[in-house]
Parts: sequence; C-alpha cells; structure tokens
Amino acid sequence: MVGMKKAFGQTLKSFSQMFPIIIGVVMLVSLFLALVPAAFYAKVFTGSDWIDPLVGALVGSISSGNPVVSYILGGELLSQGVSLIAVTAFILSWVTVGMIQLPAESLMLGKKFALIRNAVSFIASLIVAYLTVLTLSFL
Amino acid sequence: MINKLLEKISGKWIFLSLVGLIYLLLAVFHFDGFLKVTDQFAGIVWKILPVFVMVFVLMFLSNLLLDPKKILKWIGREAGVKGWLVSIVGGILSSGPVYMWYPLLSDLKDKGMKDAFMAVFLYNRAVKIPLLPMMVFYFGLAFTVTLTFYMILFSVINGLIIHRFLNPHES
Repeated sequence: MVGMKKAFGQTLKSFSQMFPIIIGVVMLVSLFLALVPAAFYAKVFTGSDWIDPLVGALVGSISSGNPVVSYILGGELLSQGVSLIAVTAFILSWVTVGMIQLPAESLMLGKKFALIRNAVSFIASLIVAYLTVLTLSFL
Repeated sequence: MINKLLEKISGKWIFLSLVGLIYLLLAVFHFDGFLKVTDQFAGIVWKILPVFVMVFVLMFLSNLLLDPKKILKWIGREAGVKGWLVSIVGGILSSGPVYMWYPLLSDLKDKGMKDAFMAVFLYNRAVKIPLLPMMVFYFGLAFTVTLTFYMILFSVINGLIIHRFLNPHES
C-alpha cells in the first residue's frame, strides 16, 4: 500500500495527462449532438433487408450520446417500417462502437487495440442483430 | 523540422488543437451553430462531472489500496474465469460516458490488466441495467432478454478475438 499523498499525486498526474483527450472528445460529441438533426436517421435507411442492417450499424457507429436516445430513435425507425435487424444493429453499434471516441481510445488504450476492438464490435453488432431476430422468431 | 516539432507535441495536444480548430471555423462561418454547440458542451460537462469525480476516486483508491500483484491476480494475464467475470460485472455496473473510463483502464493496463478484459469491460457497458425497462418499453421483454444474453456472450468472444489479434504468438 502506498501513502495517501503519493497515491493522490499519481492519480492527479494520470488525470492531468488525460484531460486534453477527455475535453477533446466532449467537444466532438457536443458538435455531433448539436449539429446532426434526428431526422437524419430516418433518411438514410433504404428499405432493403440486406443493406439496412449495414446502414444501421454504420450510423450507430458514428453516433454518440445516451443509449436511451438510440432506443427512442430505434422505436421511431421501427414504426416507420425499418427492419428489426437494422434497428438492432443500430442500437447495438451505438453503444459498442465509438468512431467519435476512437482518437481518445487510441491515445489512451493503444491504436491497435482501439482499431481492432471497434472493427470486431462493428461486425459483432451485425451478427448479434441477426441472431437476436432469428432467436425471437423461434420464441 | 515540422516532423521534429510534431514529435515534441504529444498526440493528445494535436487532437485537442484539431477539435479546437473545428470550433474556431464554426465560430467564424456559422456563429449560431457555434453557440448551439458550446451550449451542448456546457450541458455535457455539467452532466459528466459526477462521473469524473467517481472515476478520480476509483483511480485514487486503486493507487492507494491495490498493489500491481493483487490487480494481476484479478484482471491480469493469469486471472482466468475470475478475470472474465470481474470485467463483465464491472462493465455492466459502470455508468456515465465510455470515454470517462479510459483513464482508469489505461491506468490498470499499465499495472498489467489483460487487453481481452479491457475489451470485455468496454463491450459490457452496452448492458445498462437502469436502462433495461426503457428497452423493454420500446422493444419488448423477449427482445431485451435475448439481446442482453447475446451481448454478454459476444463480449467474451470479442475479448478472445482481440487477445488473439494482439498476441498472435501466444498459444
């Protein structure tokens, strides 16, 4: 166990080193949330059963914000006729893939780790979406 | 010359400067948009302040109470099933924006946290217990249970794949 003063100093140092990255990400997220209108989401889906899941995963990956927003948007998209697979891929990639946070994740956790993690999570969002809807069809 | 200068300035400052430049351009060319964005920025900062304090306290406690050997036992390379469980539960219970957890994970990584466990932690942040009723409301109970099950399952698969990619020579 290290002393209180040393532990506080270590924490303060780690935090001050990461501060510019955190501020940068918050600035990017604010930019996205303020400038991208909700109507944008409904416009990008094509109605195709094959392309829409990919569109959902892509749009979810570049989006940011509270997951509740993705549920609300997902519910709206479903009522507009977008497939459940596409909506599932959308809400899943919203929380598991972070293109806006990618620079920060690369700087703090390693470039290779961040790139592979986001790529694998993107593919997983499509697989999980298909599996979820497939499982539901048997229930 | 420029390369040498860039080497001296670390990536985090370049990143922040580039984002700052976008804000500057926005202020010059679309001032109303700039005001909207800064308003949003202030709102987010206010909202994440408690998480910021919580992560700081957790990092302080980990620096104060946990020695690297103990951390390695729980989430290090030899942690086994315990490591997977700790990462899954930690990811599910953590709150606030994902980027607020990068400093703690980076700190734990320096102390020996396995990369697969970092990936599992980050993936399980998708499972948010307080938000599950909301998901049930929009998509139904069967959907919520099925999706949550697959998310936890794929968090482990995700961790295994990442570990394999980052440690190709490990058996």
